Amino acid sequence: MAVKVISSGLSTTVQDLGRPGYYHLGIPLSGGMDRFALRVANMLVGNDEGAAVLEAVFMGPELEFTAAATVAVTGGDLPPKLNGEERAGWEAFPVKAGDRLSFGFLKSGARAYIAVSGGIDVPLKLGSRSTYTLGALGGHEGRALKAGDELPVGKGGAGKGSVPTNLRRMPGNPAELRMLPGLYWHRITAEAGTRFFADTWKVAPEADRIGYRFRGGTALDFVPREQPFGAGSNPSNIVDACYPYGSIQVPGGTEPIVLHRDAVSGGGYMMLGCVISADMDLIGQLQPHAPARFVEVSMDQALQARHDRQAALARVRSHLGL
Amino acid sequence: MSIRFSFGGDEHIFGEVSESMSLEAFFISLSMTNAVRAAGIRGVTEICPANASFQVKFDPDAIKPGDLLKELQGMEAAAAQSDASLKTRIIEIPVYYQDPWTHETLMRFRERHQDPSKTDLEYAAEINGLGTVENFIKAHSSQPWFVSMVGFVAGLPFLYQMVERKRQLEVPKYLRPRTDTPKLTVGHGGCFSCIYSVRGAGGYQMFGVTPMPIYDPTQKVSYLQDEMCLFRPGDIVKWKPISRDEYDAALEAVDENRFEPVIRPATFSLSEFNKDMAGTNAKLMEALNGR
Repeated sequence: MAVKVISSGLSTTVQDLGRPGYYHLGIPLSGGMDRFALRVANMLVGNDEGAAVLEAVFMGPELEFTAAATVAVTGGDLPPKLNGEERAGWEAFPVKAGDRLSFGFLKSGARAYIAVSGGIDVPLKLGSRSTYTLGALGGHEGRALKAGDELPVGKGGAGKGSVPTNLRRMPGNPAELRMLPGLYWHRITAEAGTRFFADTWKVAPEADRIGYRFRGGTALDFVPREQPFGAGSNPSNIVDACYPYGSIQVPGGTEPIVLHRDAVSGGGYMMLGCVISADMDLIGQLQPHAPARFVEVSMDQALQARHDRQAALARVRSHLGL
Repeated sequence: MSIRFSFGGDEHIFGEVSESMSLEAFFISLSMTNAVRAAGIRGVTEICPANASFQVKFDPDAIKPGDLLKELQGMEAAAAQSDASLKTRIIEIPVYYQDPWTHETLMRFRERHQDPSKTDLEYAAEINGLGTVENFIKAHSSQPWFVSMVGFVAGLPFLYQMVERKRQLEVPKYLRPRTDTPKLTVGHGGCFSCIYSVRGAGGYQMFGVTPMPIYDPTQKVSYLQDEMCLFRPGDIVKWKPISRDEYDAALEAVDENRFEPVIRPATFSLSEFNKDMAGTNAKLMEALNGR
């Protein structure tokens, strides 16, 4: 069984839950940006939740199946069409040999997850099938899909029904991204910190799997200091350090960048703290120009939010009888 | 040096050994990450040493953030006193300085540079008071460099110059980062040199290019078959200026997979280095050249 790529979409990549253990060499986790949607897509087609799926951004690919299988599309509202006929998202449906899956225009969100029963069976690289495009590692030949590619698929089973809207998870408008201040937060003035949370920001066009840039808020004022040796001359510079996933760096103090699954692992810009693990999925569903606010939380609140997200996934499992 | 700890969200602990760069701070961060690795703490998923800081990623479902923080704090005293010495390697990196590819790229991004009327090397030579590009290349390549961090992108080494602080070359990063840097560019920002392992964005000044691959996700390059990334923190590098002809010959050898990097075992002790930098570096050169 295989999936043939008829057209690729804007940037469609193979992703699973990622590749931990190599960040110290600069090789990031990768994996689906919206892992909630990735897990649910796999649940719907009867796969392990961490099986490899296709992540499509803004625009869907066109695919042809060489044998019967079960398919589900979750994430942003990118309407799937089977042989030209619209199908519901967040719902499993069967496909036959020769069927073609295409997509309508994106209605909301940013990324769709296309799961095929049996999982996309590209070779494991460092323990994962995820594509790290910048490092040309994993996925299908280390890159986004192109027309003419053929992806092997494992052996799968039957579909598991559908997931209603109230069990899905998508960002609000404006998106509220909870963040724990820390790291180099002390480098900015108290007033700058207050404004950072009060402002409504907008996703900039430079938003991809490495990171999301935001603009439209107030530039930060830094606490004056003599720059330490090796840091560089700008007040936003630090001696190059590790960058956590979800960390919010502000080069020059102007436009915050939240690092995501394909994060650069380190660099020389101060960070204000991190978007909490529970809200990383939401960033993956933001389009350019989408409004967003950063909301301050404590560690206890971050852990509670993490627990709530796990409970939401457990509700989906229970709904699907898993 | 007392470590400043901070949580990076609910999955990371960040430890800053020092705000400023020094090999002392590097060795404490390396000792800390070695201690964390040796402790085999349940729930720890990534252990990343950096120049003067480090980061530990963990699963808060497996260990409470506060408990992990206490464990790390308990390791601090021992790390501060550990012997700052290493059994390591010295690696020769051929560099074609003033190559046409970084030149073409830097001309494309001139408006993002501090001094659009000069090349990156001319600018670096001037602000370091070295007069000419030739003098700068000599200052850059005559003494070894220490790999104090690996990261940014896959396998990229950050290199710290092994000379007295007043002789260390310092050049600011571009005013705004470039969207393009040729693969295997030798760059410099702040007090660090680097080798861009892949093509992509970058903010460091561009001095030249090496023909020697340092990252190979296909694991076909003879010396990168076991590990995709050549560099580890603690490696020592010696730049070797080469001509266009030598560059082309090396590239041909790489293409035919018969390029043999010069990599020799070496030892490094920070206290010996601080006592006698010239003597330590001379010994490293002996280790490299077998004389």
